[in-house]
Amino acid sequence: MGWIMTDEFRVLSPTAILGYGFPESSFRKGMERKPHLIAVDAGSTDPGPYYLGAGKAFTNRAFVKRDLRYMLREGVKNNIPVVVGTAGGSGASVHLEWCRQIVLEIAAEEKLSFKMGVIPADVSKETVKKALGEGRITPLACVPELTESLVDETTYLVAQIGPEPIIEALKAGCNVVLAGRCYDPACFAALPIMLGYDEGLALHMGKILECAAIAATPGSGADCALGILKKDSFILEALSPKRKFTCESAAAHTLYEKSDPYHLPGPGGAINLENCSFTDIGDGRVEVRGSRFEPTPRYLIKLEGARSIGYRSISIAGTRDPIMIGSIDQILAEVKAHIKEMSPEDDRSEQLFFHVYGKNGVMGQLEPLATTSSHELCIVIEALCPSQDEADTLCSVARSTLLHYGYAGRISTAGNLAFPFSPSDIKMGNVYEFSVYHLMDPAGEELFKPIIEDI
Amino acid sequence: MKRSILEAAKVIRSKNAGPFELTFDIIFKDREYFELFKSQNIVNPELIAKLYKIDVSDVLGIVWFAPANAVKATIKRPLASGAPGETDIYGAQQHAPLLEIEF
Repeated sequence: MGWIMTDEFRVLSPTAILGYGFPESSFRKGMERKPHLIAVDAGSTDPGPYYLGAGKAFTNRAFVKRDLRYMLREGVKNNIPVVVGTAGGSGASVHLEWCRQIVLEIAAEEKLSFKMGVIPADVSKETVKKALGEGRITPLACVPELTESLVDETTYLVAQIGPEPIIEALKAGCNVVLAGRCYDPACFAALPIMLGYDEGLALHMGKILECAAIAATPGSGADCALGILKKDSFILEALSPKRKFTCESAAAHTLYEKSDPYHLPGPGGAINLENCSFTDIGDGRVEVRGSRFEPTPRYLIKLEGARSIGYRSISIAGTRDPIMIGSIDQILAEVKAHIKEMSPEDDRSEQLFFHVYGKNGVMGQLEPLATTSSHELCIVIEALCPSQDEADTLCSVARSTLLHYGYAGRISTAGNLAFPFSPSDIKMGNVYEFSVYHLMDPAGEELFKPIIEDI
Repeated sequence: MKRSILEAAKVIRSKNAGPFELTFDIIFKDREYFELFKSQNIVNPELIAKLYKIDVSDVLGIVWFAPANAVKATIKRPLASGAPGETDIYGAQQHAPLLEIEF
């Protein structure tokens, strides 16, 4: 493709996360605006460590395919590049391959042919351990120090790649780019940066477009947005008559999910918004100016990894007994002690959790209210053990002990719990936690290269 | 007489800022309320620590963000998202104590 810098560069972002869907009418309206790029963010760490650790997608395959079909059909037919960031949700090779298979299916079904660049974002354990040994790894805020054993236990280890490998794929003539774990704005910003547009504006626009219409009002995670990048500003436009961008909605989105709205760090630098302005230019459009990219002295990348910490079983039950509710904390503590007493050699009290909805099930230790005024409580019994068998056993014993526990003042002696389901216990399978969330200085090593194929 | 923050704010929310931090946004109804809260420094680390029964040192920052008429407070997550004992993976339902703020 012969690229030239035009007066404006239009980017269509169909949906907040690939697989969340969008109305066909909004997508069509976006296509009528003749976008130069169709890009979508497909991932997040928000759904928790399981999806990265287990190598599973958190989005639904049928709906990812549905969204991608629109994007690929229109993109390939009209020679508009399609870029997907953090393919498969968590962006490790296994997720990337999951997404690639969907693309191949669509290409076959729709008889599309194109050049595709696939960019793995995995970082080898050897590379990370070497960096650790050389002092090139630093934890992000509130994250424990990394150790070699944490690296060894990590199942999937990825880095948030910047725009550079995407640019490399686009320069090689790819019409479709699937990136592994990717800094959210990069899939939107790579092509305009390559064409010479301002990096700060391109990345800030990407930061807003990655959530598509969530940044409009009323917000929606399942609707399209258009970004129009110019030499010294960018414009945001909603594509459904139901919504519009306002200065407040765009500015408020800048706060979303980050700790400092003025400085948004990413690979190689940060977007500085200290002098950023939002102007309402009518028709539900907002123009943004003044966003600057400030490179850091060293190009750092963020690593993400998760490791297995055991297996979970749960049981869900309720109580409607005011005497039990009145001393629920005491009763649950006694049940834990009783279970410990039954197998003193094998203390599992640290592996047993009671989630008490109606009291502090939502906020846990952050809950400021000490007592509950609820007439009923839901108790989720959770056992988290090294194996599924052990978790099943602990969950079962906790459930039966609590069901028949003779707490002080009890007058309802037939059973303490109401179970909505039989079987009452549910195997939840493997449990993961984030084991790596650190910055790495790759010391100039080029870690991420597109693999190019003709489809 | 003290007034409820609900008179002054149109958005009060919580969310993960990455798996290790929890961030709170209060978006005021207009610039006047924003300026009032900011000039009186009503949202401060001590208040957040008190509302959530945490150490002031676990309040990582308070940022007043004029473009959105908003103030943001960020705290250390009691547990990393998804760690054993987790109650709210996305951190999206931790805002209620902020509704008690008065001015």
